Amino acid sequence: MITIENLTVSFGAVQALRDVTMQVETGKITAVLGANGAGKTTLLRTISGLKEPVQGSILLDGRPLVRERPENIARMGVGHVPEGRGVIGEFTVEENLRLGAMITKAPLNEGLDEQYRQFPVLGERRKQHAAKLSGGERQMLAMARALIARPTVLLLDEPSLGLAPIVTAQLMHTIHDLCSSRNLTVILVEQNASSALRIADHAVVLHLGTVVANDAASTVAADEKLRQYYLGMVE
Amino acid sequence: MDPFLTSRIMTDLLGGLTNGVVYGLVALSLVLVWRSTGILNFAQGAMPMVATYLGMGLLSYNLSYWPCVAVAIVAGFTIGGITERVLVRGLYGKPEINPIVVMVGFLIVLEAVAAAVWSTKPRGLPSPFSAIDWQIGGKPFGLSDFSVFEILTAIGVMAVIAALFRFTKLGLQLRASAIAPEVSRLLGVRVGRMLTLGWMLSTAVGTITTILVASNYFTGLTPQVMDGVFAFGFIAAAVGGLDSPVGSIVAGVSIGIILQFVGDYLNSNDIILTALLILVVSLMVRPNGLFTRSSARRV
Repeated sequence: MITIENLTVSFGAVQALRDVTMQVETGKITAVLGANGAGKTTLLRTISGLKEPVQGSILLDGRPLVRERPENIARMGVGHVPEGRGVIGEFTVEENLRLGAMITKAPLNEGLDEQYRQFPVLGERRKQHAAKLSGGERQMLAMARALIARPTVLLLDEPSLGLAPIVTAQLMHTIHDLCSSRNLTVILVEQNASSALRIADHAVVLHLGTVVANDAASTVAADEKLRQYYLGMVE
Repeated sequence: MDPFLTSRIMTDLLGGLTNGVVYGLVALSLVLVWRSTGILNFAQGAMPMVATYLGMGLLSYNLSYWPCVAVAIVAGFTIGGITERVLVRGLYGKPEINPIVVMVGFLIVLEAVAAAVWSTKPRGLPSPFSAIDWQIGGKPFGLSDFSVFEILTAIGVMAVIAALFRFTKLGLQLRASAIAPEVSRLLGVRVGRMLTLGWMLSTAVGTITTILVASNYFTGLTPQVMDGVFAFGFIAAAVGGLDSPVGSIVAGVSIGIILQFVGDYLNSNDIILTALLILVVSLMVRPNGLFTRSSARRV
């Protein structure tokens, strides 16, 4: 479980997150929704140690994450697929995966086979440079690279960005399957609120750095006001 | 016997090749640091010079040649690591002029300290192999045991570096840290350690190069031993592309051969002028270097 309490993060004079308190249940998908500039990406970057908060705490199963280095947080089992996917274009598909597998003690071949079974297109393109993959394939590679490290928590930042609706639907389906089959704890940051709410158990809505809703995904999805004012979901 | 083997052209070609691999090694050590940390290390000649004094100085204590070489290389690794941690770590992300000023200052300090401790008098290093040119049919051939040793050492160092980067987990992490430090950290790579390792490797390669240069009968070991070689190695790195290890070697060897011909057929005073001309023309035609793949670099 991830417990976040009174988290405040600033960029100079601008507060990107203000007094954010929330809990993320183990083995569940928590969607973090909101418009551009709501603080969603900052929240993920603070959890994974890339950004230091001004105040507040983040606990992963009781272990504090604030002021830990990102590489140590990754080694504690937190996988972060950043916005824009962060695949290394100069590396082949397999080199990207080998890099992801660096911190696990599990045999490399076992991990690679597992990911190629989960994402067959990556197996077909294992020797290709990642720069040559399509947007959807890169997203799969970014996910596979995080998963091969066998994380217990997966932070996904806008995985649907730039993807066709059908690819987004497949991706959301995959995220849902992974979460239930591996008991993964997922924090899913999305602007595409309807896709995210379809698979999420829980949802947190951020607006200008503050939490404006924190409830079951079905409740958030049914709240007309939230849909209209914060999620831009107009019927 | 083919008279071409002992001809003036062949002699220049082989002499140029021998010099060129040394320039290539200097360029490679510059590239190793540039690729991992984006810093042009102007003290790249001086740091290995200190390591060479420390290691080869043990010859005076009756330690034999090869153990001294090993100590010098270890000293090179250590000096590179300490420099990165103490001097360079705070320079990342600062304006480009900052590391240049700091490293030029470091170069001056190291050379001054070396002169104070070991004096400026050239210290002859024993050569492990004969530097006398081979003879073919009673005529000198442009190679000696020592120059072959130089060429083989350069090939060996390049092969080890290439294998390290291409085939090992460590190499994968070194490359990833250079290309995408933030993503690497998110994947658990200890990027800080990789940057230190890049400097260690670079200084160790520089130390091997310095020993080769200082073992030359005409040079000997002095605090400024690498100044001239550094200039040509720097030009090779710029011409080949600071991002390209292969480019640095090819450019180093090419420059070595061209300058040898210039020195022999024109005038030895024209060597530096030619080197600068090569630099200027290549910067005008391909500012990112002949072997750099992309014209843009993400920083």
